[in-house]
Amino acid sequence: MSEVLLRVDGVSKRFGGFTALEGISVDIRPGERFGLIGPNGSGKTTLINCISGVLPSDGGSIRFDGYDITRLPAYKRTRRGIARSFQVPRPFRSMTVLENLLVAIDFAVVGHGLSTRQADDEVFAILEKIGLADKAHISSGQLSQVELRKMELARAMAARPKLLISDEAMAGLAGSEVDEVLDVLLKLNAEGITVIMIEHIMQAVMRFSERVMCLDAGRIICEGTPQAVMNDKRVQEAYLGA
Amino acid sequence: MMRGAGFWIGAAVFIALAFAMALTIRNEYAFFAGFVVLQFIVLATAWNILGGYAGYVNFGTSAFFGVGVYTAVFLLKAVAAPLWIQIGVAALVGAALGLGVGLLTLRLRGIFFSIATVAITIIAETLITNWKFVGGATGVQLLRPPVTPPFDSYIKMLFVIAAIMVVIAVALARYVQNSGIGRGLRAIRDDEIAAECSGVPTLNLKLVACALSGALMCAAGAPSAMYLQFADPVSAFNLNYSVSALAMSLIGGTSHWIGPVLGAILLATTQQLLTVTISSEINVLVLGVMLVLFVVVAPEGIIGLARKVWRLVRRGSS
Repeated sequence: MSEVLLRVDGVSKRFGGFTALEGISVDIRPGERFGLIGPNGSGKTTLINCISGVLPSDGGSIRFDGYDITRLPAYKRTRRGIARSFQVPRPFRSMTVLENLLVAIDFAVVGHGLSTRQADDEVFAILEKIGLADKAHISSGQLSQVELRKMELARAMAARPKLLISDEAMAGLAGSEVDEVLDVLLKLNAEGITVIMIEHIMQAVMRFSERVMCLDAGRIICEGTPQAVMNDKRVQEAYLGA
Repeated sequence: MMRGAGFWIGAAVFIALAFAMALTIRNEYAFFAGFVVLQFIVLATAWNILGGYAGYVNFGTSAFFGVGVYTAVFLLKAVAAPLWIQIGVAALVGAALGLGVGLLTLRLRGIFFSIATVAITIIAETLITNWKFVGGATGVQLLRPPVTPPFDSYIKMLFVIAAIMVVIAVALARYVQNSGIGRGLRAIRDDEIAAECSGVPTLNLKLVACALSGALMCAAGAPSAMYLQFADPVSAFNLNYSVSALAMSLIGGTSHWIGPVLGAILLATTQQLLTVTISSEINVLVLGVMLVLFVVVAPEGIIGLARKVWRLVRRGSS
């Protein structure tokens, strides 16, 4: 494996006359815990959408694991190893939790050669790890908010990713629930999965990240260790609106 | 394994029954009406593959049906092709059309896709209206070839052929539902972006569904030319086919292959009865009223209603 897992090089995105991202470049190393912060509307989710392929980028290139994925549709990026959760959970509501994860295994892990039984076992192993095993046969429409967040991470994990992007998986959760989700992300990272975390809850970002990048109005304004970024004057201005 | 066997035994019994009816019942009217019911089962089943499983509400059924009718007309006039070739070629044309239309429209979502499919009917109808070889706007009279034994009338033969087409359509829909494609389509219906990000090749799966659906719709249209011995653009591309196929699926329930079958039997039979007893105009009204009724009372269709009742019964007995 190369020293860089994900290389975002000069990526731009415009919506009509509005520039959401301008010349974003960043390298993510294998196994890294990377925090992405910035005020609302600064382009965090847009950047994630460009990386995961939900939106095509207008300029620049994205390389993942040695391949140029700039023009790949989202499903092919998932198959290469980029999985994500969503800011507003997007479960497959007509399916049980188990079935939600089976979609990811069946479609993202190409040629997995697993029997139905083995696929089920793999799903249960993931649910066990994330603490949802007792909900496997419940319809995903009936889950609570924190369970939905966990299920999204579990579904992302079922795609056997190298890179997991968590888009505000803790938004709207209570304090103890934030810790639960944070523990899950740390556990997954300990198994060797690279994690990009977008988060508004600063404590969580600071506790989790090895490196933090702050966006404002579609540009990188600061990047470095959590402490350095927190102390940066531009970051404080962006957040406080000075 | 057992359930699969049950399905195929049922299918065999169904065709055998249709065959036996054709050989024993004298009254031709039963087959005249029965053919229409069977035809609607095929149309509703075909509609449900894209509209029900994937949630892409398609108003283009009449376009595919009409193209099927005119594929048969063209083959008949050009090379006097036998019926089974008309149906087979219509299926191929339908698959190709489904693929083409899908590539153009399936990037649109929700209501935008639905509107685009309405346009397809208008385009197809306009093209045929201006094509002199197949009769243009005035339509074309068709002569039936002599009937193939053991049948003693053409309409009975068409009835049995329609029965076979029902089995093929339902078997295909059932296969799609139970295969990985079915789970992928369900994921698309629930949340397309999440599906794509879970590795589901959404566009490809939708194209497969659209091609299958289109092939079955066109094939359903093909024998219609010989059934009426006449074809004209206004009736071949009648919007009624679109509305009926959609209504039958929704009323039956879209989550299972049996839904469109039940919906088509219920609605098409009612329509046939009303056409005879009251008037052919009233059946459109009935369609509308029943659709509204089901959307309000049983949004999951007959299947959903049956499940609810079943749950109540089980709770009552335990």
